Amino acid sequence: MTSVAHTYYNKIFSAFKGEEGDLIPILQRTQEKLGYISEEAVNHISHFLKISENQIFGVASFYSQFRFSPPGRNSIKVCMGTACHVRGGQILCEEVERALDISPGETTKDGRFDFQRVACLGCCALAPVVQINDEIHSRMTVVRLKESLNKYD
Amino acid sequence: MISFEKKRKEAKKKWDLLKSSKIPIIYVGTASCGKAAGALEVLKSIANTLKKNRLKAKIVRVGCMGPCYLEPLMDIVLPGRPRISYANVTPEKAKKIIESYLIKDDPQAHFAVGHFGDENFEFTDGIPRFFDLPMLKPQVRVVLRNCGFIDPEEIDHYLANEGYSGVMNAFRMGPEKVIAEVKEAGLRGRGGAGFPAYRKWEICRSSTSKMKYMICNADEGDPGAFMNRSLIEGDPHSVLEGMLIAAYAIGASHGYIYIRAEYPLAIARLKKALDQMKEYGLLGKNIQNSGFDFDITIKEGAGAFVCGEETALIGSIEGKRGMPRSRPPFPAVSGLHGMPTIINNVETLGTLPNILRNGSTWYKQYGTQGNYGTKTFSLVGNVRRSGLIEVPLGMTLRQIIFDIGGGSRKPFKAVQTGGPSGGCLSEEFLDTPIDYESLAAAGSIMGSGGLIVMDEDTCVVDVARYFLDFTQKESCGKCSPCRVGTRHMVEILERITKGESQPDDLSRLQTLGETVKRGSLCGLGQTAPNPVLTTLRYFRPEYLMHVTEKHCPASVCRELIEYRVIPEKCTGCQRCVSVCPTGAITGPRAEPHNLDPSKCIKCRACYEICRFDAIAGDAIIIRSKRRTADAQTE
Repeated sequence: MTSVAHTYYNKIFSAFKGEEGDLIPILQRTQEKLGYISEEAVNHISHFLKISENQIFGVASFYSQFRFSPPGRNSIKVCMGTACHVRGGQILCEEVERALDISPGETTKDGRFDFQRVACLGCCALAPVVQINDEIHSRMTVVRLKESLNKYD
Repeated sequence: MISFEKKRKEAKKKWDLLKSSKIPIIYVGTASCGKAAGALEVLKSIANTLKKNRLKAKIVRVGCMGPCYLEPLMDIVLPGRPRISYANVTPEKAKKIIESYLIKDDPQAHFAVGHFGDENFEFTDGIPRFFDLPMLKPQVRVVLRNCGFIDPEEIDHYLANEGYSGVMNAFRMGPEKVIAEVKEAGLRGRGGAGFPAYRKWEICRSSTSKMKYMICNADEGDPGAFMNRSLIEGDPHSVLEGMLIAAYAIGASHGYIYIRAEYPLAIARLKKALDQMKEYGLLGKNIQNSGFDFDITIKEGAGAFVCGEETALIGSIEGKRGMPRSRPPFPAVSGLHGMPTIINNVETLGTLPNILRNGSTWYKQYGTQGNYGTKTFSLVGNVRRSGLIEVPLGMTLRQIIFDIGGGSRKPFKAVQTGGPSGGCLSEEFLDTPIDYESLAAAGSIMGSGGLIVMDEDTCVVDVARYFLDFTQKESCGKCSPCRVGTRHMVEILERITKGESQPDDLSRLQTLGETVKRGSLCGLGQTAPNPVLTTLRYFRPEYLMHVTEKHCPASVCRELIEYRVIPEKCTGCQRCVSVCPTGAITGPRAEPHNLDPSKCIKCRACYEICRFDAIAGDAIIIRSKRRTADAQTE
């Protein structure tokens, strides 16, 4: 365990008391900082909360929020909520798969995009929606999605 | 101790000052949906236009008023005039309206959707009253009363509009009377099941435990529902006041808000609101001299639909996998960390301040016997006027979908109530009143309030497959009826939508659905088969067409449809050729193009470009393969 890493994680942990209920917020803050949950991170969390790494992976893998591989430079989320589904969310999803040659949950080889299907972004009245980084694109079409993807490096 | 009445007086002054502003006020709806529609670009344009023309105006960012299909919304108030609302505002439109109304006093009536003046006020240009619009007129705004009218980041706006007077009344009444009042009002949990709110409160109240918890369930997991997000984004203090009231009634000293991490704006607004509450002496020790101590912590959900279930939610707060456990004991007896815990939904809490402020008799004027009050719904799908609505319980589905929503563009087919746990109801149920019992009798549920309208372009088999696929993925895996049963149901539904079904698939689906419903541990599994069972019941012919004829009448199911160019309509503009990723469309310019079905991957690019961008438009159609075969044999 390097001391640099140690300080890094201690900074994340400093806001917590080390109770069992802190696990999910710690995982969330770690992912916020690191972009994903690395094995190293799990190891540090395990020491801090005094629970096993297995237990941590067990909890983290239960929730869809946590990822275990580094994210891309840009992140694309295609909404798979009901309203979006009825208006063609699946077709948008396939378009991303084709255009970027990746499946949901993966990151492109060049690290340009990571790609997720999400349950609902809560903008159902503007369906179908796609979120690229922090921006939500409403009433998306296949053709516009293609154009939008080209705008990100 | 900060004098609350003094704070309120100051807040009122601030509010009156805003209302009697000598300079124009421009309101922009900047909830998530407004932002998604482009409200931030509009805001920029407003600021630039004001600067360029050296105009003075106050810009206020407000929450969602409901009619999402009109977003982005911009409202302008000139001194002494009622507020005017403009819809589908673009940066250019915003510039034009401001320059015209603020400088030349021409409100550009053709862009306006409505004004907020009283009934007698008439604009010379015939702008209608906003609340007389067909979408708004049948609605009753109790929970959403402030959304779109106050700045959600200003506690003073909430205070000036009688905010926190409900909890002050509660403090005067004492916990027992608060529970009695809520009982008298007949308030039922708005999270879905409709359990009377007071009943679990009473159980918790009577417990002698020193530690009790109050949890606000804001884990709005139903895909297609955003009522809670809108309320928190538009009026966070109303939910927090509700939490105070509930916590006071049950004697809880600590509260949690369990909210989806996918709602960053709602979380930010809650955090800000909590800071303001502390500053105003509405959180902490001995709140407003009531002897009541209370604190609230925000817990961000990590994305698991099952955490909407009470015991799973508690597990998640405790840092575990969110898996439900069998009940009893109910959380009101033994919940978070083994202590008595009450979990109420956002909307239930948002209703409480209104009941405590105006009394149960007032509340009971809305709704019907046993189903008092109002309910918010997110009206989405293939409906003309989509958005967030609030109506008295007992209103019929027809009134909601057709009077408020304006109906669907193509002929109406079905409405899904209650999200993935609910049912899909056909046209014959349109006159069903929206109340807990009537919906249950039809095989659906009230749920948290998602209403998804489907027209003839929607395939109900595909929708049933979609919902089951969702619940199957979200099943926590603890009990086998849910884990294994939903999986098999999805497999059968996939076979059907692919045209590969076996003869007894429908009866197998039915039996399996009933088994999963009966045998599952928690609400997720017990309700998961509802979309399938209701569609099997009300749309059997559509299933049969998929099974026996391999035909999808809505032209949705991928394997059963194909894309065609209609030669008579095609002008040969080559737009579709340029977007086709597989080179399936060929043909020289100015001559009808040819679409090779063997190369077509059905990505829809050509269809879209032909509809919106091409010279002819609508020359490419999607239709059932069977129909094509019929046409060829004719």
